[in-house]
Amino acid sequence: MVNAPFSQDQEVVTMFKRMWKSRSGYLFILPKYILFTIFVLIPIIWSFFVSFQEYRIFGTEWVGLRNFQDAFQDDLFWVAVGNTLRYAAVVMPSTVIIALILATLIHPLRRGAQTFFRASFYLPTVASSVVIAMVWRWIFQTRYGIANYFLGLVGIEPINWLHSSAWALKSVIIMAVLTPPGVGIILYLAAMGSIPEDLYEAARIDGANRFVQWWRITLPLLKPTTLYLMIVSTIGSFQVFDQVMLMTQGGPGYATTTIVHRIYNVAFRDFQFGYAGAMSMLLFVAIITLAFVQSKLVSSDVEFKG
Amino acid sequence: MLKNMKASQVGLGLIYLVLIIWAVISLIPLYWVFTTSIQQPEEVQIMPPRFIPSVISQYLPLKMSGQTERAQELVNGALESYRLLFQKTRISRWFLNSLMISLTATAGILFLDSMAAFSFAKKQFPGRDFLFWIMVGTMTIPGQVLLVPLFMVVRELGVVNTPWAILLPQLSMVFGVFLLRQFMLTVPSELMEAARIDGASEFGIYWRVMLPLAKPGLATLGILTFTSSWNSFLWPLIAVQKSEWFTLPVGLKTLQDQNLVNYGLLMSGAAVAAIPMIIVFLSFQQYFVKGLTLGGVKG
Repeated sequence: MVNAPFSQDQEVVTMFKRMWKSRSGYLFILPKYILFTIFVLIPIIWSFFVSFQEYRIFGTEWVGLRNFQDAFQDDLFWVAVGNTLRYAAVVMPSTVIIALILATLIHPLRRGAQTFFRASFYLPTVASSVVIAMVWRWIFQTRYGIANYFLGLVGIEPINWLHSSAWALKSVIIMAVLTPPGVGIILYLAAMGSIPEDLYEAARIDGANRFVQWWRITLPLLKPTTLYLMIVSTIGSFQVFDQVMLMTQGGPGYATTTIVHRIYNVAFRDFQFGYAGAMSMLLFVAIITLAFVQSKLVSSDVEFKG
Repeated sequence: MLKNMKASQVGLGLIYLVLIIWAVISLIPLYWVFTTSIQQPEEVQIMPPRFIPSVISQYLPLKMSGQTERAQELVNGALESYRLLFQKTRISRWFLNSLMISLTATAGILFLDSMAAFSFAKKQFPGRDFLFWIMVGTMTIPGQVLLVPLFMVVRELGVVNTPWAILLPQLSMVFGVFLLRQFMLTVPSELMEAARIDGASEFGIYWRVMLPLAKPGLATLGILTFTSSWNSFLWPLIAVQKSEWFTLPVGLKTLQDQNLVNYGLLMSGAAVAAIPMIIVFLSFQQYFVKGLTLGGVKG
């Protein structure tokens, strides 16, 4: 017992010796870690304080939970939540399902055809969301847009897409659904390629047709990819901003205001940092909760070596 | 047997049909960007829309029939939007800003992340795993959630309205460290030992042994970084309010705010932003695939 402090000292000394001996290890990570600390870690820690404060021209004031109360009592916040939920409820599942269908159709094709279709479906993902949103604003133009032109060919009256509160959010959703899920297709194709061929052979011998094979072998083995895509596209659709900003600016009225659009306006137009920080916090909690629930629902009980 | 063959060929035909229709729908928006941008100013807003711009459909016939002047007029008309774009807006400045920021971000990320990944993958030091998991743990936090505190940090540093405000947060992203570490773990350590016995310094081992072996990983990360930097919109919109430091996406937004109905002009701007990405994608397609599958699920 008497020796304890001494041996502890010695431990500290040997610890430092070990650290000094492996100093090159620290030096290699140092530049990245400095940037990471300043621009990722500090904002994360700061975000906890921001949401409990109010920012005025002269200094800040600690306001406890008031920013969160404000959010819950703010009609506009709930409008934004509602719009975001409606958007995510359509876009998230359709992204995953369309990616699954297209990958299933592409996978049996020859190599050249696979590459061609993969490229065609990924190309719109490569172009900036700003470019895609700008052209869809033009496509949805009421008088000269090609959306109404095509509808006119089948005898449907022109729709006032972006300037009516009935259609504005639907327009943004239609754009998101019609922009092919390039990432999902690539991930599904990669996962399908790594499923061992002998599984299908065994199923064929047992007399299973193509659809049964797909339903009983492919689909279950794609579960990890499906789960990953569900979570990623949930996170993505909860953060929808670019499209709304460029196509409708959140309007008409507040018909297409989403959560991130609201955060942007509150923070960088009204300069209410505390309130925007509180909404960001709520958004984060919502996303994490959803990701957790999804991973519980689609628990991947399948394991296979790819 | 024969019947089966026929059925499967019909099936294959159907698959192609569905895929082709879907691909056409997917590519119409990009096609419409380029088409609108080279339409004659008076043929942009007409009904029915002209899906093949007159410069494409009429240039050769006019030229063949000897109407060289008319043909030249068509070409001038087709380039009118671009002329307006480059003369009346700061698009070339924004293009250079975007190019400079994306290239710097890519070079910086490759250097910083490969050093960090090398250390995390191949070196032993106290606290290594802890430091690594802190980094990876933050990857679960979506960027949009941190806009406000990040803005406050950038403002404290006094770099708002400079390219640094856009660049520094991009250089701090940790995805690349994670990706390259995965890649470097597969490089056998014996190669490094051999170099060490030959008297190479630690930096020499990183530079001469690890980097050449990690080239495919670096290429993948480089391309992903370049595209995401080029296309990023929300943060540059917040970080920079002076038009001299706008990036292309932010510049396009202000262009749209000022020219709400000049779709020829807007689409030519959109084309300028899209073309570099399309070229990068078509030339490095396999790296996109590799990057997504490496960074995504491990299957």
